[in-house]
Amino acid sequence: MTPSLEAHGLTRRFGSFTALNSLDLTISGAKCVGFLGPNGAGKTTTLKLFTNMIYPSEGSCRINGIDVRTDRKRALADAGVLIESPEIYPSLTPNEALEMVADLRGVPASERRERIRTVLAEVKMEQWADQKVGRFSKGMKQRINIAATLVHDPEVLLLDEPSTGLDPRGMAEVRAIVRDLKQSRRLIFMSSHILSEVVDVCDEVALVDKGKLLFYDTLDNVTAKFAAGHGSVDVGLARPMSPEDVAGKIAPLAGVEKVLQLDPKRLRLRFQGGLDGQERLFDALAALRIGVISVAESESALEEVYLSQISRGD
Amino acid sequence: MATATADAVRVARTPPGSLEQVAKLTRYQLREFLRSRRFLALTAIIVAIGAILTTVVAYFRSDLTGLVTNNLAFYGSFWAGGANLVIVLAAVFFGGDAIAGEFQNKTGYFLMGLPVRRSTVYVAKYIAALLASIAMLGLYLAILLGNGAYYLHASALPWQLGVSLVLALVYLGAVLGATFLFSSLFKTSAYGFVLTAILFLFGFTLIGDLVTGLVKIEPWMVISYAESTIGSMFASPINWGLTGSVSRMTIGMGRGAITTTTYTSGIAEGVVIMFVYLVGTAAAGLALFESEEFT
Ligand SMILES: Nc1ncnc2c1ncn2[C@@H]1O[C@H](COP(=O)(O)OP(=O)(O)O)[C@@H](O)[C@H]1O
Ligand SMILES: [Mg+2]
Repeated sequence: MTPSLEAHGLTRRFGSFTALNSLDLTISGAKCVGFLGPNGAGKTTTLKLFTNMIYPSEGSCRINGIDVRTDRKRALADAGVLIESPEIYPSLTPNEALEMVADLRGVPASERRERIRTVLAEVKMEQWADQKVGRFSKGMKQRINIAATLVHDPEVLLLDEPSTGLDPRGMAEVRAIVRDLKQSRRLIFMSSHILSEVVDVCDEVALVDKGKLLFYDTLDNVTAKFAAGHGSVDVGLARPMSPEDVAGKIAPLAGVEKVLQLDPKRLRLRFQGGLDGQERLFDALAALRIGVISVAESESALEEVYLSQISRGD
Repeated sequence: MATATADAVRVARTPPGSLEQVAKLTRYQLREFLRSRRFLALTAIIVAIGAILTTVVAYFRSDLTGLVTNNLAFYGSFWAGGANLVIVLAAVFFGGDAIAGEFQNKTGYFLMGLPVRRSTVYVAKYIAALLASIAMLGLYLAILLGNGAYYLHASALPWQLGVSLVLALVYLGAVLGATFLFSSLFKTSAYGFVLTAILFLFGFTLIGDLVTGLVKIEPWMVISYAESTIGSMFASPINWGLTGSVSRMTIGMGRGAITTTTYTSGIAEGVVIMFVYLVGTAAAGLALFESEEFT
């Protein structure tokens, strides 16, 4: 099977600065891959190279086996692309803009109306279909941009931080849209600098920092590999606990590596010993009778991986 | 769920051939022009120019007897005089930011997400600008023909006007080609506007005069020299040739005499110059746009 996305030694320099350093990445199959990295990591650079908006200093990249440098038209035929926040001609309405996209992409005239209606519904913009895009808010424009990537029902979706620049509600909505786009026969490659977004939406993660790919694996493997028997839980208490008690009673418990008091009634415990260790810890906590009312796995496990990985080499 | 049904029927779409895409994109670009405030503004400007022309002819008709009785003289002065201005204005309005604007307004980022060659975008925008400009030139011609019909009555149109019109269209193609080239040189719209306006309204004429005055050769390398054929079509005799004609005029006598030399482009020569500009700027502009990055 031809991989959906391939990069071979993909490198891009701006002057003496290397924005992307010899990226090798092959992605096949239908899934959602998060392209995670802090600001300036080289995510947008990578996606622009993949769409022939900028050119590589070295290396090459392919979509569905077709080199984007030599044949951007065929390479992008079965892909949908959203990079940064492009502007649609302000005098167009969503219907007109999507009609143009569908027309240029070869969606038969007989199917266009239905496809456009479907994708506008997917991004919840049906009621704006005949208003001029020029008057839309950023979030509305971004939804039309997302709709434009979907008109031809592509096999590969390349999304560059689709939720960035939106207000919190807009971000949540865009995330929900992307989650809905996951289907059994589509690859979504989405960049993001927000770990929780990737955890929330994606199945796999490729981590980049300073132009280098650090790893590419499934979220489960990454968590397992880097957690390596370590775990982290957030404990909610009925009554406030004094720092002395935390240090004197919680920290000495078997298996506890680190205690962080998030607030007087919330603790974050990092422990070792895998599931057995977790069980023993909970028993010990209960025996202390300090008013434990909730225990939840904290999200910090991946965050620790993220932070420890991207700060390497500083 | 909506996605479940979509799962079942996905078909890969094949984009139309590049020529077909050019035709489609040209139509969309043209619609953009027709809706733009610019189109309205330029229409108003040309109507205003037409109104001034009509007023001048009406007011001075007794002094302009030569002009308003002789159709060759009438079209020779009013068509040739206005066409250059209309062409340059149209090029500035429709071509000045055609490429730069795609970068500056980020609309190019939208087009670049589509399976189209870059040349498709460039050529479609060029053809759309050409068609919109031709519409403007047509408007000016219509006003002129209206005046002509009134003052010259139903006397037959001079055939020279037809040839001059063709020359004007070739010139328009070349001016737009250069405008598109300037527009791809910069990622800021304003530079394209200003450079086109300055060069074509007086810059090239100035360069041509300098070449004639200082180097004392025929200014065949300057496009405004070729443009003069639009007017010289109405002169007599017509120089159809591939070389320009020279006329010298000496003012004064003896040591204080000054001789000025004037070159007039042959019609064929003008066409060749304009075509060289057209092809040269198109090739350079395309290559430039092809190499430019949407950073
Ligand atoms: N056109 C450019 N000229 C110079 N440097 C650039 C250019 N584009 C990007 N960079 C640099 O390359 C690095 C990666 O940028 P980018 O790919 O946009 O990062 P990300 O999208 O991951 O935030 C950044 O340090 C940025 O400053
Ligand atoms: Mg970015």
